[in-house]
Amino acid sequence: MKDVFVISENIITSLGFDTEENVNNIKNYKTGICKLDKSDFWTEPFFVSLINTERLNQEFSNISEGKEYTRFEKLCILSASKALKNTPIDVKSKETIFIISTTKGNIDLLKNSQDFEEDRVYIDKAASIISSFFNNPNTPIVVSNACISGVLAINTAKRLISAGLYKNAVVVGGDIITEFVVSGFQSFKSLSFGPCKPFDVSRDGLSMGEGASTIILSSETKSNIRVLEGASANDANHISGPSKTGEGLYIAIEKSLKNSKIDATEIDYISAHGTATPYNDEMEAIAIGRAGLLNSFVNSYKGYFGHTLGAAGLAESVLAIYSLKNNFLFASLGFENKGVSEDLKVIEKHKEVKLNKILKIASGFGGCNASIIFDKI
Amino acid sequence: MIDTCITAYCVINDNKIVINGETYFKDNESQDFNEFIKAAYRFSNINYLKFFKMDRLCKLGFVVADLLIKQTAILEKYDSKNISIVFSNRASSLDTDREHQQSINDRNNYFPSPSVFVYTLPNIVTGEISIRHKIYGENIFFISNQFDEKLLYNYINTLFSSSSTDCCIAGWIDIDKNSYKAIIYIIEKSTNNSKDIIFDTENLKKLYIKN
Repeated sequence: MKDVFVISENIITSLGFDTEENVNNIKNYKTGICKLDKSDFWTEPFFVSLINTERLNQEFSNISEGKEYTRFEKLCILSASKALKNTPIDVKSKETIFIISTTKGNIDLLKNSQDFEEDRVYIDKAASIISSFFNNPNTPIVVSNACISGVLAINTAKRLISAGLYKNAVVVGGDIITEFVVSGFQSFKSLSFGPCKPFDVSRDGLSMGEGASTIILSSETKSNIRVLEGASANDANHISGPSKTGEGLYIAIEKSLKNSKIDATEIDYISAHGTATPYNDEMEAIAIGRAGLLNSFVNSYKGYFGHTLGAAGLAESVLAIYSLKNNFLFASLGFENKGVSEDLKVIEKHKEVKLNKILKIASGFGGCNASIIFDKI
Repeated sequence: MIDTCITAYCVINDNKIVINGETYFKDNESQDFNEFIKAAYRFSNINYLKFFKMDRLCKLGFVVADLLIKQTAILEKYDSKNISIVFSNRASSLDTDREHQQSINDRNNYFPSPSVFVYTLPNIVTGEISIRHKIYGENIFFISNQFDEKLLYNYINTLFSSSSTDCCIAGWIDIDKNSYKAIIYIIEKSTNNSKDIIFDTENLKKLYIKN
């Protein structure tokens, strides 16, 4: 089994178009979640985190030669292109694979195909357009597994590289805000009445966000951040509600720890899913408690740029890796008073802490849960 | 590499269910998928009321998985934490996505429904099967342009070598407009049964094409 390293990354959210810009805004406790009074996304005002379209188009025009791309494709291509910059990765090689994580891809084309061919709404088509932009010779792998897609995609890349099937993976996650998704979450009554407040006693739902994020993994190019084992598990409980015992998430964490051959006490920090729905955060707290991780610091990035669906696992891992490299933890924005039954160490203020091993977790519809561990060497 | 085999497989296609190469159920009367899958459900004596709430993708996968799980008795053999589910298709959940889109196309007739929206993710079928059979193992859903035996083979091998998978329920479940096809394989460490089929890309593809 080959060691796998994180060699480059990028995040595009409402808070910025690269990791540094996102980090600077996060350091200033800034949120990109704003009230949208009138939009095509929903019949009434609501809170959402949106990427600036003008800037997206302007930055995209610097890398593309005029071919037409959808908003989703532009975000993914721009993110991957920024992450690839200054890396020695040969994207034209058979040994480099693109792995795309998304829940809905070009779903906005279902209402209005905007002059794009009809099959562009199929995710495999969008994915091949993204990897073809870079002239990658392989068929891209697409992971579409609700809100755990991003963590699963990193883990898939890790496993395939570890097994020697590829030397490099460009893992790109993205999702955009659409009427399709907003109306669906509204019908569930799961959106918050202000910027979301993960783990807080007054949390009342999630804030949606759009984003794209990329992590490049490699076995031939090394760095000081190694990817240890990931895992996934199902709650076998309910398709739209998390398990009351945190069963699936607990199993996923246990498997990650066991297969990485490390003890729960070695995990310094957990980047939680923390959607700020009452049930999700409580479920995570229970699973974290059961796994013996109550001494690890915890935060959620959802208060900064919302729930970015297929990008979430990637963007949040990029920030967690930033923390790991810099021994610097970010506050969980929106958190004031603990609102879960376990005594979680939710981070209230940014702080310097020595970090060696960190855990990223995620959960989603369909009862799915995933986890992965990053290690500083 | 760990010695793994396809110990059973089940296919639903063209109003017909085939298990391990033999026709299990054929329905010449049903006019559409909904009628057919209901007839198949009744024929198979599956007693699970939640079935009727599911969308078409879930019904398709659910029936195939139910038949195979009964046939192979994997639930008795393995720790349910170590049974993994690896599915793939082309159309993701577009079949239900179109239904949800219909419900929001007209602002004067706007009725997005949580019971439809929840099915606008392909992996809900994995959840339905896991809930029914209390399976807590690994999950992943891949989208590909066509049946990708290389991806399934490579990924499933990494699962078996990670020591937390003893058995894998894997395959293709696709429904799009008027066409549908499901083929699910049960993959286990070799059981030395003469009917076992070697787990490799060639056999995965051969069984997919033949059926």
